[in-house]
Amino acid sequence: MSQATLEVRRISGHAGPVPGAGVKREYEVCKLIDTTTCIGCKACEVACLEWNGYTFSETTFNNSYQTMPETAWNYWNLIKFNEHQREDGSLMLLMRKDQCMHCEEPGCLEACPADGAIVQYANGIVDFQQDHCIGCGYCVTGCPFNIPKFSPTAKKVFKCTLCADRVSQGLEPACIKACPTGCLHFGTKTEMKDLAETRAKQLREHSGFKDAGVYDPPGVGGTHVIYVLHDTTKPDAYGGLPADPHIPWVVKLWKGPAKWIGNLAMLGGVIGVTLHYLRFGAKRVPEDRKDGKGGRQ
Amino acid sequence: MSASRTISSPQAVGGTGDRILRYTLGERVNHWIAGLSYIYLLITGLAFWSPYMFWLAILVGGGPTARFWHPWIGLLFAASVLWMCKIWRRDMVVTEADRAWQRAIIHYIRNEDEDLPPIGRFNYGQKLFFWLMFYGVILLALSGLVLWFTESIPWSLRWLRYLAIAVHVIVALATIGGFIIHVYMGTAMVRGGFNSIIRGEVPAAWAKMHHRLWYNQVAGESPIKK
Repeated sequence: MSQATLEVRRISGHAGPVPGAGVKREYEVCKLIDTTTCIGCKACEVACLEWNGYTFSETTFNNSYQTMPETAWNYWNLIKFNEHQREDGSLMLLMRKDQCMHCEEPGCLEACPADGAIVQYANGIVDFQQDHCIGCGYCVTGCPFNIPKFSPTAKKVFKCTLCADRVSQGLEPACIKACPTGCLHFGTKTEMKDLAETRAKQLREHSGFKDAGVYDPPGVGGTHVIYVLHDTTKPDAYGGLPADPHIPWVVKLWKGPAKWIGNLAMLGGVIGVTLHYLRFGAKRVPEDRKDGKGGRQ
Repeated sequence: MSASRTISSPQAVGGTGDRILRYTLGERVNHWIAGLSYIYLLITGLAFWSPYMFWLAILVGGGPTARFWHPWIGLLFAASVLWMCKIWRRDMVVTEADRAWQRAIIHYIRNEDEDLPPIGRFNYGQKLFFWLMFYGVILLALSGLVLWFTESIPWSLRWLRYLAIAVHVIVALATIGGFIIHVYMGTAMVRGGFNSIIRGEVPAAWAKMHHRLWYNQVAGESPIKK
């Protein structure tokens, strides 16, 4: 946002039109992960821990190179490994860096009931504000990517921030900084999308991956973390990347029409009993009435 | 129970000034554990339900505190309703007399009580409310456990989370509907009802008017069952 204030309006002592006037900078950031050049070194995992101040957690060995089954509240960045057998019988070791996708339409934010606990910045970063988080876990239900994780000790939910603190200072996220192969890129959404499409085209035309493409799922309005995949028809092979992620329809119904139907029903109930009282009044025992007359009011 | 607040002899029953024990101390305590815990659950639940009601959480110590206590108080509420079921189950069975009363319910709504057939200790509406709360609390507790430990539900079973949200919301709204009517009737509409669940006693005339079959039953007993 801060760049917006530094757009050129006027300059001194200049003949003719102001150079650069009206030029807008694109604020929307994006992380590009090229799974075809990832070597699974896990430098991004370590960089993420270091920058965010977490110590290395206990790992889980499951006959794989993977550090643990899924991301954790204090482990936001995880390389998922999968031995994938292709149709021609050849094997591929697929590696995908899993972390928050920073959805344009975030299911976590949609589901959250706490005022200000989840914020989406104009640059597209979706960030959790733990001081406002009440620890209900609704975001866990709202996310289509299994990303927000509850900390039993803090009783708050945590996830990747896309290094919002670094990005706000003009730095790239820690994982990008650490990547040795250049499979991670960071820039504006437009630039990253272009770069991803170029790489996908190269894979299709020169490397024989006819289904290579870019993963930027429209079901959540696009994401601010996009992938280049060798095969976009099988995202699930990349450690369970959903083929067509959406905010769960129950969550949409719950936070949309159900809210208003429910509120109207509750209001209707209160109005209903009030009207009943105004029309029919109280039920009294006839003998209890001072005038001795029984029956109707 | 002091003797002065209960009827002393069966002969005395029948006079309009006599008082009859309607709810024992145990029943009253149970009712108010259920009632007060439900009110807490309602306040905190509404806070989680809508941002326009999130301020309700501030009244009970803030969002995280409300989130911490809501499930525990929920367990207390569930336990009290289950206990209520144990002591009232037999009184809450819908009988033939209730069916007749149900068919004439419009007279009850219009306060034409003299046109209603006689009924037992509880009327059809009270029984309906009881069973709504009983089955409601079972569904709320089961779905609530999933919401309490959302993070422990494996990703492959995430449909459980969606189901739990839907069940918890729908059932909670249904119980709120019942609760609004119950509170209205117990305090404003049926005079004497609120006092009966506080002090336990009702005038004989009240019992005769609202629960004739129950009145006949207890008036014939000596001493009154507590």
